[in-house]
Amino acid sequence: MSDTPLIEVRRVKKYFPIRAGILQREVARVHAVDDVSFAVHEGETLGLVGESGCGKSTLGRTIIRLYEPTAGEILFQGEHIEKLGRRRMRPLRREMQMVFQDPYASLNPRKRVGTIVSDPMRIHGLGDRASRKKQVEELLETVGLSPEHYNRFPHEFSGGQRQRIGLARALALRPKLIIADEPVSALDVSIQSQMLNLLEDLQDEFQLTYVFVAHDLGVVRHVSDRIAVMYLGKIVELAPADELYSRPIMPYTEALLSAVPIPDPDLAERRERIVLEGDVPSPINPPTGCRFHPRCRYATEICKTTEPPLVGYGNSHFAACHHPLNVGAATLATVGEPAPQQN
Amino acid sequence: MSEPLLEVKDLSVSFATEDGTVRAVDGVSFGLERGKVLGIVGESGSGKSVTAMTLMGLTRGVNARFGGEVLYNGTNLLEVSDRAMQTYRGSELGMIFQDPMTSLNPVYRIGEQIVEAIRAHEKIGKAAARRRAIELLHQVGIPNPESRVDNFPHEFSGGMRQRAMIAIALSCNPSILIADEPTTALDVTIQAQIVDLISTLKDEFQSSVIFITHDLGVIAEIADEILVMYAGRVVEQGTKRDIFYDPQMPYTWGLLGSIPRLDRPRVKRLHTIKGMPPSLINPPEGCRFRPRCPHAFEKCAEEPVLESRVDAPGHLDRCWLTVDEKRARRDATISPTTEAA
Repeated sequence: MSDTPLIEVRRVKKYFPIRAGILQREVARVHAVDDVSFAVHEGETLGLVGESGCGKSTLGRTIIRLYEPTAGEILFQGEHIEKLGRRRMRPLRREMQMVFQDPYASLNPRKRVGTIVSDPMRIHGLGDRASRKKQVEELLETVGLSPEHYNRFPHEFSGGQRQRIGLARALALRPKLIIADEPVSALDVSIQSQMLNLLEDLQDEFQLTYVFVAHDLGVVRHVSDRIAVMYLGKIVELAPADELYSRPIMPYTEALLSAVPIPDPDLAERRERIVLEGDVPSPINPPTGCRFHPRCRYATEICKTTEPPLVGYGNSHFAACHHPLNVGAATLATVGEPAPQQN
Repeated sequence: MSEPLLEVKDLSVSFATEDGTVRAVDGVSFGLERGKVLGIVGESGSGKSVTAMTLMGLTRGVNARFGGEVLYNGTNLLEVSDRAMQTYRGSELGMIFQDPMTSLNPVYRIGEQIVEAIRAHEKIGKAAARRRAIELLHQVGIPNPESRVDNFPHEFSGGMRQRAMIAIALSCNPSILIADEPTTALDVTIQAQIVDLISTLKDEFQSSVIFITHDLGVIAEIADEILVMYAGRVVEQGTKRDIFYDPQMPYTWGLLGSIPRLDRPRVKRLHTIKGMPPSLINPPEGCRFRPRCPHAFEKCAEEPVLESRVDAPGHLDRCWLTVDEKRARRDATISPTTEAA
């Protein structure tokens, strides 16, 4: 792989304080993202999956400093950005944009489409009014809307079209990195597939790098080159997309995959389903040791006491587990190289 | 074939709005047998939820017009008075809604809400109703029901709230359970739990289930019979095997091809259904799927009736293509080319 990753995250933590009492003292912390490291290369799509509350959205937002990281380092094109001030951060914001989940809440209902899409350019002082208008019209076409939509309001559009407007806004500054936070989960299947294809086309056209946050494992496999599975603020497995699906190492990944319903009745009947008991524990007091152990069917004593490190199993496949699945003895012998502070 | 428990004949529902009459459901017919699960699939605006809510008498309003019949034990539920409908709702027909966050009342304890449902239909003391509530929570798999019964909804997770909703829906032993997108707001792991729960409880309570969803994967797991709805109409109907292994309607193919599937190698490009669902104020003439259908030809300007065109009783569709044409063409849509290794 090429030299410097576009974005690299090292041991990033994001805790949210819980305050109580008259003095608003901190009484506890939500461990939303807890010691996460990975890197994304230019032109790559990294999928982040996990159940609600696993910290995938928080991580996505922390990467581009919509949240301040509690600890850790974030490097964008090899440069530290975790401590940059507002002013120094601003030019970098052009390079990293975000697409949000809810197409109804992420567009200002009182602004026209033209204003919504051109505002980022105005804020960054790009072009004059006329050239911005022209660019917006081009952008609208690029995302599959028509230039005549320039003067319309968001409420005149369907969910899928609104999501396209959000995408046009994200593209307005020609960013290198787009964090897409559940961009298709609010859409109907037929519209969802249109959107996924569009995202792929745009990636080719503008050489975009995506961090794609989603809970739908089918969607994530379709778009991602590599996938990180998160559980309670930790990355528990990180692997190339096909590798993850054909050879999950972490029992949590195995269970997640087996819970995905398959639109084929015979296959659905035949396959073994692992139904996970209970809910995700609270990230305020995460379980000791391996955070997945209370729900894990392979858990033993060691899982309760010792947290497994994320280690490499070859093929750029990393997992954090004391009882790895689908791993031959030969591979197990080579395990031990510590994992991603990688590349 | 046994006598259906519920029979819907040519149901239509329209709403008068400022912009014109919205024909939300247009000529829908189906039967539901005892102990079976009927799946209704469709996208937003296909009329699936309006159909379900109409069965429950929840779409009645000054601007609503109904046609056809909903026969339950020989009674047409569309003609039952609002007051009499209340005795059906809950005790004969139970409903679970999509959003467990908003369908429970946040200021009442879970137990109170279950007790309220029980006491609305049965003459039973508070203490006895509370014992029933605890028993129900136990049946839907809530741990420590004795203490959980006094929790407020915000103390429950999403999956537990949906379980509590199911407990309320089942509290009076309804013979039909209508589940409107019950798992859409949940994570896959919790979705699997809830789907399992609904199918076990269906047997335990000997209920029939109408399961509405847009997720073909969930339908493949739970349904016996399936209706595919589009723009207020049923466009294909049949057993689960008919719909998944011999789909006749190009819209059904489109739905099957649009999902990124885990059970197959990764496809290069997903199939898409171009355009958007039509407005139900002015639906397209002829076949309603025609404007979006890549296989449309002249004949489609005339509306095809829902009838059996294949050699399988009960497998109905609305498409003018011949069965051979359909079988020859559909695979290109359902299984798009896979990525070269």
